Amino acid sequence: MQALTNRAQPVNRKPMTFLERLYLINIFKGMLITFSHIFKKQPTIQYPEQKRPFSPVFRGLHVLNRDEEGRERCTACGLCAVACPAEAITMEAAERLPGEENLYREEKYAARYEINMLRCIFCGLCEEACPKDAIYLSETFAPANFNRNTFIYGKEDLLIPNPVTEPEAYAKAKGLN
Amino acid sequence: MLLSIDWILFLEKLILIAIVIFASLGIALYTTFAERKVAAVLQDRPGPNRAGPFGLFQPFADGLKLIMKEEIIPNTSNKVLFILGPFLAMTAALMTSAVIPWSSDVHLFGRVIPLQIADVNIGILYIFAVVSLGVYGIMIGGWASNNKFSLMAALRGASQAISYELAMGLSLIALLMTTGTLQLGEIVKQQMQPGHWWNIVYQPLGFLIFIICAFAECNRTPFDLPEAENELNFGYHQEYSSMKLGFYSFSEYVNMFISSVVMATLYFGGYDVPFLNESLLSPNVAAIVGVIALLIKVVIFIFIFMWVRWTIPRFRYDQLMNLGWKSLVPLALANMLITGALILWLGK
Repeated sequence: MQALTNRAQPVNRKPMTFLERLYLINIFKGMLITFSHIFKKQPTIQYPEQKRPFSPVFRGLHVLNRDEEGRERCTACGLCAVACPAEAITMEAAERLPGEENLYREEKYAARYEINMLRCIFCGLCEEACPKDAIYLSETFAPANFNRNTFIYGKEDLLIPNPVTEPEAYAKAKGLN
Repeated sequence: MLLSIDWILFLEKLILIAIVIFASLGIALYTTFAERKVAAVLQDRPGPNRAGPFGLFQPFADGLKLIMKEEIIPNTSNKVLFILGPFLAMTAALMTSAVIPWSSDVHLFGRVIPLQIADVNIGILYIFAVVSLGVYGIMIGGWASNNKFSLMAALRGASQAISYELAMGLSLIALLMTTGTLQLGEIVKQQMQPGHWWNIVYQPLGFLIFIICAFAECNRTPFDLPEAENELNFGYHQEYSSMKLGFYSFSEYVNMFISSVVMATLYFGGYDVPFLNESLLSPNVAAIVGVIALLIKVVIFIFIFMWVRWTIPRFRYDQLMNLGWKSLVPLALANMLITGALILWLGK
């Protein structure tokens, strides 16, 4: 058979000598290797106290964005739901009434907007499909829970805090401080 | 007849026995913790560090977990023997400590109290007898479980213990030829004499054989064939649960502690502190220093036990038997002959 690489080595089938059959020399060599590991740096991260920083392109939980005046950007066009390969997004549209101009940016908005985090595969296609910069993937991931229906995130879970009325919470959600 | 018993001596020995047993158990408790820490450090991880400061309460958490577990006795097992197994293992492990000299004599209330439960003149033979009893714990437990894996493990354990006891005994005969006594207290005192080195200097090969056999007797890796998790499903204590399982694993750690003490006593001068003349100190201080010296030696041996365990993979069964019968027994015999020849030649 043709060798795939030139690194192949024939197996050494020589019977062991008496010293080798005592195993002591090789055991001692192995023990020196493990002893040297006492002084090596441990790669462990003590999780709840220490957290590993995510890369800036990490795709975690979704955030529904607001503009600088605190108005929701989403117009419930449904492009994210169409783009979603896991069919995790559902929404219901509603028309903006007079006097709600400070709440919604456009004439149409999402009255109900739900993402099933158990279906979501965090691919980020919704983020790419959105024409209004309304949905973003943040750098946090869904916390564990005992109940399946707690993983269906509604608007109240997804919306970013209002930058005008709660600037501190907004800055925290943005990761600015 | 009753009045002729020295009641104070009786009380004194009773207190000493209690101290030794609780100390052995306490040390075994923390050896389980040390084992996990050593394993972790050798594998570049921090090990248990959540329970208490530095994870120091971890052994209590482990013990509590074992006690809270459901106690299962298999329907088809031999119930009496099933319960007897772990108790035999534990008793045999603890009994060895009776002849070990823990330190020099203590002077208290005008009495001279030796820190040794019984300085019998056949100390080494006693240790051998009790250590061989330890295999009954494995045998009875494995057989009474009525489980094929447990039975296989029990058979392996028994044959392994018998094969290695032979080499161990032969290596000790060479030691006895140089010391001329079976009394452990006497062996330590000989090593403490000025101008006399520790026995490791006279018996390096004998010590090597002894330590290898001690690994096999304690069923520690690389000779943990009776447990062999991946071939025998945890071996002879497969059917055990709750505190009975705890007793088995605990007796392993007690065995490790006791065999470390025996090795320190026989080959490394027992409670002797090197380059220090103990007779210059007051007797009580010398006794305390002696206990500390012995414990330091024991800790080093226990570390070696763990270090070996987390370095070497398990031996195959035929390798184990080959090593025992074809390498260690001839080596021990050769060691014995060389020692005898040297003693005759040097005329000691």
